[in-house]
Amino acid sequence: MAETILKLDHITKTFGDTQVLSDINLEVQRGEFITLLGSSGCGKTTTLRIIAGLETPDGGTVMLGGKDVTNEEPNKRNVNTVFQSYALFPHMTVAQNVAYSLKLKKVDKATIQKEVASVLTLVQLEGYDDRMPSELSGGQRQRVAIARAIVNKPHVLLLDEPLGALDLQLRRQMQLELKHLQKKLDMTFIYITHDQEEALNMSTRIAVMRDGLFEQIGTAAEIYNRPKTAYVAKFVGSANIVNGVVKAQNGSALTVEVAGGEAEAFAFDEKYEGGQKICLAVRSEHVLIHHCENEPQGLCAVVTEKSFAGGMLRIVFKLEDGTTLVASRHGIDIDFSVGDKACVGWAAENAVPVEADE
Amino acid sequence: MKKKSLRKNGSSWLMLLPLYIFTLLFVLGPLVYMVVLSFKMRADVWGVLDIFTLSNYKNIFEPVYLNTFLQSFKLAFTSTVLIALIGYPFGYFMAKLSAAWKKRMMIVLMIPFWTNSLIRLYGWIIIFRANGSLDKILMGTGITSAPLKLLYTYPAVVVGMVYALLQFMILAVYSSAEKMDWSLVEAARDLGATSWKAFTSVTLKMTLPGLMSGIILTFIPSMGLFFIADILGGNKVVLVGSLIQDQLMKAHNWPFAAALSVVLMIMTTLMISLYKKLTNTTELEGLL
Repeated sequence: MAETILKLDHITKTFGDTQVLSDINLEVQRGEFITLLGSSGCGKTTTLRIIAGLETPDGGTVMLGGKDVTNEEPNKRNVNTVFQSYALFPHMTVAQNVAYSLKLKKVDKATIQKEVASVLTLVQLEGYDDRMPSELSGGQRQRVAIARAIVNKPHVLLLDEPLGALDLQLRRQMQLELKHLQKKLDMTFIYITHDQEEALNMSTRIAVMRDGLFEQIGTAAEIYNRPKTAYVAKFVGSANIVNGVVKAQNGSALTVEVAGGEAEAFAFDEKYEGGQKICLAVRSEHVLIHHCENEPQGLCAVVTEKSFAGGMLRIVFKLEDGTTLVASRHGIDIDFSVGDKACVGWAAENAVPVEADE
Repeated sequence: MKKKSLRKNGSSWLMLLPLYIFTLLFVLGPLVYMVVLSFKMRADVWGVLDIFTLSNYKNIFEPVYLNTFLQSFKLAFTSTVLIALIGYPFGYFMAKLSAAWKKRMMIVLMIPFWTNSLIRLYGWIIIFRANGSLDKILMGTGITSAPLKLLYTYPAVVVGMVYALLQFMILAVYSSAEKMDWSLVEAARDLGATSWKAFTSVTLKMTLPGLMSGIILTFIPSMGLFFIADILGGNKVVLVGSLIQDQLMKAHNWPFAAALSVVLMIMTTLMISLYKKLTNTTELEGLL
């Protein structure tokens, strides 16, 4: 049985008139890599700061290693943070930065030296001991910030968009390194990002956050394949959201009336009645396209846009009721031009019912 | 590229010409004149004789003048320590205020500057003199039973110095605390530092340039602000500044006044270079 290392219980927080966190509940197991995913302003940084003790919640409790630390000062918590701005001490060398927490704990000099050398090796910064932070590149500063935070061997490592300031290539490389580091240290990571790709790539579990609430918590596969709400489906992997009315249900097979046509969908364990309104999430790569003359099936649509980006061709359709539907294909072209009529559809198992956005 | 071409056809040199002339005329000229003057001999009645002498500098080593230097140092030191103790927390907490309150505090700090400093000093006479405002309050509340007779004492001069120079310290500390990245303090706390330890190991170090320039901006003037010593200290406290003024205006010993000024200037320069060495900066935080 996994051990719960961190538990957030009904956390609320208000700044002035703004309710930043409405009701945050989260249980983190030892050794997990949890990502808080959400757009800016959703409260993810505030959640992290509450765990670190840099902010006190208005309500709720924070349990760390089975101990209530809600009102404990940050220096008394066995939690360390990698700050978004890195927050390296500019008047200290790399080695002094990393040794800071050990010195405070009055660890003897020889041990400090050994520990500092070993974490600097771990983050591939051997030989940088005597450099000042101002002499390092962004990526190197990032590594120092990580080294400084893990040298203390915290119960939980908090990372606040640590890769936000790096370029794409370095980001990808650091994602992998962080993942390896987490496994190697067997440390619990709580990671903040607004980048869904990063979240899907790194995490054991993802908590999608919106307006101070967790919209859905689950593994990357769960979040991607079975989004609970339209928001999650759109935010993670930008799915199409299609509104329809249920015609019939036969086990998991749903027949839905969509935009003047008929489509199929897959119900996991939900039960629907005929005439009930429903919201479907369809990933763009799952949208099927046919020439109407050849195979008149699915929904009638018109191509309104065609663009090529990042190895994927993106085709935008307009359905008869005005709904836009995005399809994506590998390759560089497809025999449809803007203005062409097309029949679009999807396989039943690729249309998932989600909770509609209010 | 543009800058280079400008420099080549010499127009930038022309633009700088007024600056050079101004500097030569109003900064370098008087300075050279003062140094030259300090090596000349005083005429018997009025003016200066063109005879080279070192006697002006030798004069400084007479006990009475050395003592003046020592007293000035003591007063400057006392005032500066007090100013730092009051001004540092003031500037520090001011930097932590909201933007609106920062503006308000800035105005509060600036208002006294709208009144002539001499007039503000006379205000202190009203407070300090026997049976003045301070005595009335203290005696009225029964804390003291007789007038304190604070005016024309050493403490009165110290208070005057602190009052006149406190703003410089506050603004210097404020400007460096304002620029500080407060997430560094959070990082320190996060890494296990108590709030006091985070202050001493991070905040203090980061605001040290401000504190140091505050010290320079108060220490140096407080050696020379003779009118404060004159007005609040009577003739009991004589500073280098008063000495120079007396030699210049009353004794008409210009060469000696010049020599005193040169020595004071050398000490000031030494202090500033010490500051640069200690803080690794080339500019004074805040005001210069």
